[in-house]
Amino acid sequence: MLALYLRDLRLGVRAGGGGMTAIVFFLTLVATVPFAVGPDLNLLARIGPAILWIGALLSSLLGLDRLFQADRDDGALDLFAMSGETQPLVLTVLVKCLAHWTASVLPLVVAAPLFGVFMNMQPAAIGATALTLLAGTPAIAFIGAVGAAVAVALPRGGLLVSVLILPLAIPTLIFGVSASYAAVNTPAPFLPPFLILCAITLFFAVIGPFAAAVALRQSAD
Amino acid sequence: MSDAAAQSRSWTDFANPARFLALVERVLPWLAAAAVIVTALGLWMAFSAPEERQQGITVRIMYIHVPFAWLSMMCYVVMAAAALGTLVWRHPLADVALKSAAPVGAAFTALALATGSIWGKPMWGTWWVWDARLTSVFVLFIMYLGLIALTRALDDPSRAARAAAVVTLVGIVNIPIIKFSVDWWNTLHQPASVLRMDGPTIHPSLLWPLLVCALGFTLIFFTLHLMAMRNEIWRRRVAAMRRLAARRADAAGA
Repeated sequence: MLALYLRDLRLGVRAGGGGMTAIVFFLTLVATVPFAVGPDLNLLARIGPAILWIGALLSSLLGLDRLFQADRDDGALDLFAMSGETQPLVLTVLVKCLAHWTASVLPLVVAAPLFGVFMNMQPAAIGATALTLLAGTPAIAFIGAVGAAVAVALPRGGLLVSVLILPLAIPTLIFGVSASYAAVNTPAPFLPPFLILCAITLFFAVIGPFAAAVALRQSAD
Repeated sequence: MSDAAAQSRSWTDFANPARFLALVERVLPWLAAAAVIVTALGLWMAFSAPEERQQGITVRIMYIHVPFAWLSMMCYVVMAAAALGTLVWRHPLADVALKSAAPVGAAFTALALATGSIWGKPMWGTWWVWDARLTSVFVLFIMYLGLIALTRALDDPSRAARAAAVVTLVGIVNIPIIKFSVDWWNTLHQPASVLRMDGPTIHPSLLWPLLVCALGFTLIFFTLHLMAMRNEIWRRRVAAMRRLAARRADAAGA
């Protein structure tokens, strides 16, 4: 378990192109917003949490197609599927998702407060957005695992993964952004949307690896 | 036990595409005729029903909008059941059912969105609002499009069917969200008025045409679905025959 986690983590960090490219993409995305909507600081502060969430969502989709592709190419995926008695494929997928999240999504969450300063957000809003990203992005990774597992069999799956994943990620986006806004605007309570966000993450932590394992096993034979 | 065995035998009978095609051949004309008659009756009842006091003539949009919306969800449930059939029982017709239901469902969802938009313009003063019900149905529409793309992305139909089945089953979380979105969030869209615990709140003179319309459109859905399944089976047969012919030509050439 732990060995697999560390192996995937090392691969994700050292193979290059994973986490760093996603951060640069995130930065570029955030930087294009002022050009599109104009450099009005008040407006940017208002839409800041939404921009950060959309940026994190899109950049975490980038590395998804590589989640199972390398393992399929060198045959490790078949070994995982065959060692089903000692270690269920579901757990393997869960560990791989967590490693993927640590290697290529967690840097985005860490970088988000810095980008929040670019968007002229208040400290409270920055903190709340970082917290909701920390709680919500695992859900995106787990949903993404389903798309990545389905796309393993596809010859050119990258774009299709995004089309399939984005509709399912919308609830996460809704509650993440509404919790971030609730932290700034006093009448709305912060805790209910945040707890729903945590619930969504836990829900997809169960559904996602299970469905991904089914998809991987189906595509293997 | 024996009852269950008999039922499963009769169910696996349809696994044979030839037998299924024979059944479709027999059922389809009756189903199509019933669909046309019931829908015509429903529409006639809809146009002779009294107008609602506040909404005037625009209330008649309800008689097509509500059935479209119901069917857009029912079609997804049918697809999810077919997905279960593909993954659990490996029923050979289940993937045909899933693949051919997706475009029909997408069409019904698009019609529900379009008629709702036409109804919303005079009632709410806007074509589109981003409230919970509209947004979740819109997400459903995008999911249909993604599934259509997925079922056609792979050359091997059985592999494409299993991939689509997994995605369909994950996507079914959206159906309860659509159903209860009007209760969970405070939205512009009106809450449910027909399927309620304490009975329908809609007046019977409006309810009966609506129910007949819903039945008619459901029959239309099943007619279209069976026709699409038949076409899909034929299409696969043609592809298999072509492959066979090409192989024979190859062998003859060599």
